[in-house]
Amino acid sequence: MGQKPDNLLKDGKRLDGRDFDEVRELEAKASVLDNATGSGYFRMGETEVIAAVYGPRELHPKHLQNPRKGVLRCTYNLSSFSTEDRVKPGPSRRGKEIGMVIRKALSSVIFLEEFPKAAIDVFMEVITADAGTRCVALNAGVIALADAGIPMKGLISSCAAGKIEGTPVCDLDGPEDKHGDVDLPIAMNPETDEITLLQMDGDTDFEEFGEILDLAKKGCKQVYEKQKEALKDTF
Amino acid sequence: MMEITNIEKDHILKNIKDGKRRNGRELEEYRDIKIKRNVAKNAEGSARVEIGGTKVIASVKADVGTPFPDTPDEGMLMVNAELRPTASSDFELGPPGEQATELARVIDRGIRESEAVSTDELCIEEGEKVWKIMVDLHPLDDCGNLMDACGLAAAVALEEAYLPVYDEENDEVLRDEKQELEVNVLPIPCSVYSVGDKLFVDPNSQEQQVADCAVTITWADDSLCSLQKRGNSGIKTKELKKSLEIASKKSKMMKKKIKEGD
Repeated sequence: MGQKPDNLLKDGKRLDGRDFDEVRELEAKASVLDNATGSGYFRMGETEVIAAVYGPRELHPKHLQNPRKGVLRCTYNLSSFSTEDRVKPGPSRRGKEIGMVIRKALSSVIFLEEFPKAAIDVFMEVITADAGTRCVALNAGVIALADAGIPMKGLISSCAAGKIEGTPVCDLDGPEDKHGDVDLPIAMNPETDEITLLQMDGDTDFEEFGEILDLAKKGCKQVYEKQKEALKDTF
Repeated sequence: MMEITNIEKDHILKNIKDGKRRNGRELEEYRDIKIKRNVAKNAEGSARVEIGGTKVIASVKADVGTPFPDTPDEGMLMVNAELRPTASSDFELGPPGEQATELARVIDRGIRESEAVSTDELCIEEGEKVWKIMVDLHPLDDCGNLMDACGLAAAVALEEAYLPVYDEENDEVLRDEKQELEVNVLPIPCSVYSVGDKLFVDPNSQEQQVADCAVTITWADDSLCSLQKRGNSGIKTKELKKSLEIASKKSKMMKKKIKEGD
């Protein structure tokens, strides 16, 4: 990421040549780990995440068990080598919050009632962080859940959009996220148009927000196609 | 808080779908808001906010510390929340859990993104000494809608806060000497809860248990600076946009309340 570039937009184009509504290069794979019940890999540009799902499995300690439905636990972790400056290992406030918003995003599509007293654990390891890590983590997590055979109402696809130098753009990369003015990561069920993750930082108004939201939704739909592709290959 | 029965949940849900609430309150109406300033004599700024039965104290403490290496000429601001069992049987002693972390971070982002406090004006000696502004959220009673009460309390506490004077020679913070802490704008979060296409604000303890989706929207005057969708359910675009409008109105209402000076 390094020094701030002079401009994030040059001659109306983004530094990496992308159009305003273009997502970065996407890559998706299922079944990338052997031990986990299910696993997934997702990449958007340079940002890569590997997700592992263990479960449904017995939940310990027993007092955490829910007699009516399974308990979903999501852990997001930035590996030490994922960013330019080494990340000190261990939980962080940010990681805790991200794990939570991801869990909330996934709860609505998993049939947790099918697994009373059990735990479904999703672990997301960020290998390289270049903006959009929570989106990529969610995308990988969803692949892992499907790979594990967890019954879901549908898939959840995630993508961020934002504003750089006054212009709404889709799927911010590192420099754009760092020096931009708005960051809006969302996750949605593309079939039902329901948004299950939504956060925003920045400075905007009604109209502009609408434009940025539309770009994020467009990005989610492109992610969705990639996720479906990856799952088709495994089955 | 005491978990309500399914019968009660269904009853509240049915009423909300009909646009009705207890005591004739409207879906877009807040409970009684009370604001008291400078309740913590030893803090540099503080406020106690009550929304209905929910009671929160927010404090601002200023200290001198070393800046972050990548911003050597900027001060620091951090928000912390302690959800103690005093306020609810849902809270346990121990390090901050998810709810406390989210609460603190959402309020923090509202303040940070709105640039309510100019951290570049908090430098004492570049690379060596800067002011650290710590905002602490201390709920006393959680009777629903804790997030908004905390956000309002934090905003008033910041408005009230002063900066002490730093005696460089003796490396001492002189808290009896006051200088102004400039607050550029007041970021005011408003959480809009939804059940299907019905939107409402400021739930009490019982109502909070039926809404499975909330979007906390922080407006700082006409700037939308932060959003956080909370809860296990999703929201459709139409309801999301309507929520932004509701939050804008409520934010203005709360700002008026602040100006009235309770």
